[in-house]
Amino acid sequence: MSINGIKVQDLVKKFNGVTAVNGLNFEVNPGELFGLLGPNGAGKTTTINIMTGLLQPTSGTAFVGGFDVRKQASKIRKLIGVAPQDPSYFTHLTGRENVELFGNLHNVPKNVIKKRTKDLLELVGLTEGAKRRAGTYSGGMIRRISLVMALINDPEIAFLDEPTVAMDPQSRHATWDFIKDLKTREKTVILTTHYIEEAEELCDRVGIIDHGKLIALDTPKTLMQEHNTTNLEDVFLEITGRNIRE
Amino acid sequence: MNIQRINALIKKDVKILYRVPASLFLTILFPIVLTVAFGMAFGGGSSGLDSTYRIGIIDLDNSRWSEYFIGNISQNDVLINVSYINSEIGQNDLAQGKISALIIIPSNFGASIDSFWANPNDPSTWINTTVELFVDQGSLVASNAIPPLFQQILLTTIYGELEAAPQSVQIGNPAEVSSEHLTQFDLMAPGLFAFAAIFATMLVAEGFVEQRSSGLLRRIQLTPTSPTEVITSSFISNMITAILQVTILFGAIIIMGFTPQTDITGILFCFVMVVLLTLCSVGFGLIAASIAKNPGAATGLSFIFILPQMFFGTFVPGSSDIGQLVPSYYVTHTLTSILLRGAAITSETIIYDLIVIIGFTIIVIILGIGIFSKFGREK
Repeated sequence: MSINGIKVQDLVKKFNGVTAVNGLNFEVNPGELFGLLGPNGAGKTTTINIMTGLLQPTSGTAFVGGFDVRKQASKIRKLIGVAPQDPSYFTHLTGRENVELFGNLHNVPKNVIKKRTKDLLELVGLTEGAKRRAGTYSGGMIRRISLVMALINDPEIAFLDEPTVAMDPQSRHATWDFIKDLKTREKTVILTTHYIEEAEELCDRVGIIDHGKLIALDTPKTLMQEHNTTNLEDVFLEITGRNIRE
Repeated sequence: MNIQRINALIKKDVKILYRVPASLFLTILFPIVLTVAFGMAFGGGSSGLDSTYRIGIIDLDNSRWSEYFIGNISQNDVLINVSYINSEIGQNDLAQGKISALIIIPSNFGASIDSFWANPNDPSTWINTTVELFVDQGSLVASNAIPPLFQQILLTTIYGELEAAPQSVQIGNPAEVSSEHLTQFDLMAPGLFAFAAIFATMLVAEGFVEQRSSGLLRRIQLTPTSPTEVITSSFISNMITAILQVTILFGAIIIMGFTPQTDITGILFCFVMVVLLTLCSVGFGLIAASIAKNPGAATGLSFIFILPQMFFGTFVPGSSDIGQLVPSYYVTHTLTSILLRGAAITSETIIYDLIVIIGFTIIVIILGIGIFSKFGREK
């Protein structure tokens, strides 16, 4: 496996007897934008938490950038940037201060932090908004600043957990452009979403998860062709007999 | 440990401290308000008795001796006379706190003194009588201060000014002995420092629980930042806060009339003691944060550590035996010895206090970090 790829092997995670992730196997190629698609509670966030070293798997393992999540989480954290599903930030710091803080926590040189913060804020349209305290932000602004906080270290591998939830259509499309830009810079991106159109628009390949199991894995186009559907939502319906939003 | 990370986390803590009104109040304004309030209530002057007391007087005698007695009362700077014509009105005003004491001069007051001077050596010929004194029992200061004052004035009335009389026994030369009379505020001032420092427990507990509840600790955990760096930065930012707090408090107590009986070394040593107590409080804060499930619970749990220290180890009067179980006691004890009594920092009792507070701090910090690392980072 190449240095910026991901390999998930027989991954299982149980919480008090409840199986959240049930024998996942997949690989993400370097520079690939990989989508984890599934309904709420399918096990997407748990999988991300294991890959980022926040949770220890019950069995199996995953290699991120060539490092084992079970034993080398500290090395993985130097490679990755994570935008969590619930965007957390210091409400009494400005947006810019939040971004700069996380740049410092990643040990990015001061001058690089300044320049990168300016560029990223410009990209997400928060140049002016970042001067305000984050506690005053709207839901969309919070998502965007959280994304910038995740990417201030210019990570080789980015984990974006539901990055466009609660965004208005305009902000969502701006964020999609931002994510596409990561791909042009050959970053590996793992994107979890339950928005079908988001996965179709952005992802090179999609893994569909249901009840902790990987039930389909391929490019959106191939999946739709295989199941003779026009969108990924119908693919999910075809496989599970349920709607992805149920 | 990485300096850039620790530095960034300290800056973050300091910014949050002065941007969150509740934190700013608790850390800086609350101790100042407390100092000024206590200074105004219990300080002022050097005698500690500079307050004046309104005294009700009922003269049932109207003799030259009773007039002389009342004249002597009037000459006392502390007492302000108010005449009453009957006991009922006087007692009523005393009960309402309008006067601090009521004195009733009996009708045979003058006759009694005359009989004494007629035969000073033959008590059987004296006309004995009693001057009734009622004191406001609701005022601790008044009930303690007024009776001896009246005793002195009565003696002066009967015997005259004794200073001029030749005496065979003399008290040593007053010029060779210095005596500082301390106000109630002076006695409280050292305890104010410990009082302010122990509240770090609440700030730390609330801060960590808030960061945990909002997912910030988890998010920081996703960066290369180690838990040791997060906790170290918290200790350092609280130390900075403590130094700022002590400096402001020290300025406030000086303005309120407190005069430390020590030099700059003693003052710096006091700073060190308060910083040690603050570090200990941060340790307690980590323990409270480990147990608490939400910021509200963190505030409540913090008081388990704050209250015993407040009642047994600050200016609040408490049992010194129980006090020895809490770290703030040793800090207040040291500060009292240095700032009030001018004790040398090398003296036995100060060294003992220093060793005990260092011991407390090390144990509480180790416990705090251990418990927080195991139970506090995730809930």
